[in-house]
Amino acid sequence: MTAAQAAPRPLPAPGAWRGVAWAVRRDLRLALRSKAELGVQLLFYVIVATLVPLGVGPDSVLLRALGPGVLWVAALLASLLALPRLFAMDFADGTLEQMTLSPYPLPALISGKIAAHWLATGLPLVAVSPLLGLQFGLGGDELVVLALGLLLGTPTLSLIGAVGAALTLGLRNGALLALLVLPLYVPVLIFGAGAVDAVRTGLGAGAELSLLGAGLLGALVGAPLAAAAAARIAID
Amino acid sequence: MSVAEFVSMGGYGFYVWGSVGACAVAMCVEPWLLRRQHRRVLRSLRLRRDPAAARGGHVAVEGTR
Amino acid sequence: MNWFRFASPASFYPLAGRLAPWFGGAAALFAAAGLYVGLVAAPTDATQGDAYRIIFVHVATAWMSMFIYLVMAFWCAVSLMFNARLAAMMAQALAPTGALFTALALVTGALWGKPTWGTYWAWDARMTSELILLFLYLGYMALRQAIDEPRRADRASAVLALVGAINVPIIYFSVKWWNTLHQGASVSLTSAPTMAAMMLTGMLLMALAAWFYSIAIALTRVRAIILERERHAGWVGEAALAARGAR
Repeated sequence: MTAAQAAPRPLPAPGAWRGVAWAVRRDLRLALRSKAELGVQLLFYVIVATLVPLGVGPDSVLLRALGPGVLWVAALLASLLALPRLFAMDFADGTLEQMTLSPYPLPALISGKIAAHWLATGLPLVAVSPLLGLQFGLGGDELVVLALGLLLGTPTLSLIGAVGAALTLGLRNGALLALLVLPLYVPVLIFGAGAVDAVRTGLGAGAELSLLGAGLLGALVGAPLAAAAAARIAID
Repeated sequence: MSVAEFVSMGGYGFYVWGSVGACAVAMCVEPWLLRRQHRRVLRSLRLRRDPAAARGGHVAVEGTR
Repeated sequence: MNWFRFASPASFYPLAGRLAPWFGGAAALFAAAGLYVGLVAAPTDATQGDAYRIIFVHVATAWMSMFIYLVMAFWCAVSLMFNARLAAMMAQALAPTGALFTALALVTGALWGKPTWGTYWAWDARMTSELILLFLYLGYMALRQAIDEPRRADRASAVLALVGAINVPIIYFSVKWWNTLHQGASVSLTSAPTMAAMMLTGMLLMALAAWFYSIAIALTRVRAIILERERHAGWVGEAALAARGAR
């Protein structure tokens, strides 16, 4: 037997997609174990959206004008609230450190975590938003655009938020994450709420939704890399 | 332009001098705070490095400023 | 001459100390010239009267607020690429001054808005973007403060500054969009009267003054930062004992 035949062949390096799939499956499983916590976060969205009419009065014209903005801001805040759970437990018990050492590329693993996080915390917001839109007297077209915008926007919020969460790993101050991340959320807010307003004035929301889509693509490419770099900085 | 006109700035004195004043104040306060910070750091370093010399030299340093 | 020699905090410290006063002096000269041009020499504007003279400080502070952020992001990138401590310290030194200029841009913008457009704050695209820029600066400073370990603070805030730098044009674009969507063809609060040459000269002089001021302050602040962070190095103790006053 020649030396080449005797030496064991190295295993193929695990691909990035396998890493993504593994992370998605794992994180979803973990998330579904704490359904109550997820329910509470969704309830936060509903309650905040309900607070505004209580604050400004039931004038239907005013509420209709405010509706898109309020629902988007509430979605931003609900998204922000859910962010720490993305990395907190894994950081605390050392799993995140293990991930940095794993043969799977860290950005791939983090993409998977973000995807699972969005499915558990962002997608419910999208689903519930038409109901809340009805509370503000939004019409059918507006509700569709609201939901579509949130469908494109909430993953972007999770992606951008993941970078902030990774930067602030282990730090005690919860408000710091908000300060870091909310300014970066502004474009998503503007185009998301703007889309509903555009449909209302008859202009059509194509431009805003396209921009949201472009933002999502950009975040999909950039955020996992930035979050991975930030996670390594926090762990080293 | 007379002095009176200069100060009143066509009636907009509050706004013009408010703006210029805010900038001027900021650009005096910032260096002043920075000097204080720098001095504090130097003092604490001197104390760590050589407490006896620092205390003895401290008076002389203050005098030469 | 080997410039990389100055990449070490120990050799940069005395260099910064020698350079700072010169930049400070230059700043004072340019400021004096600029203020003379802006407040005395330049003609009164036809539509805005003497209130337009605020432009001379407003434009300088606004330009610097953005320019400093870019320079800060540049040093952050250098610090990440070359693992360079001094570059990170330079970014740390620039941030407070950048935040200050942003705040001044907002204040002078508000004081300009009241007599010309009737309101202190009008949610126009440039002012709103300045406000968000202020949040970005404060976020950078807050993140640095929150992390105890200096190298982690350096790297984390560097990543944040770079993410912010990439987002600033996106944010500005989206705010402009938002502004035109809701106000129609709005006149910008900070639209300048048609520029006479004298006015441009004045603005340029003030911008240079602000630029030299920033350099002087950043060089001075980085010295304090170097002393603080390198306090365990031998040369620091010597420098502290040798220092007369705080220069």
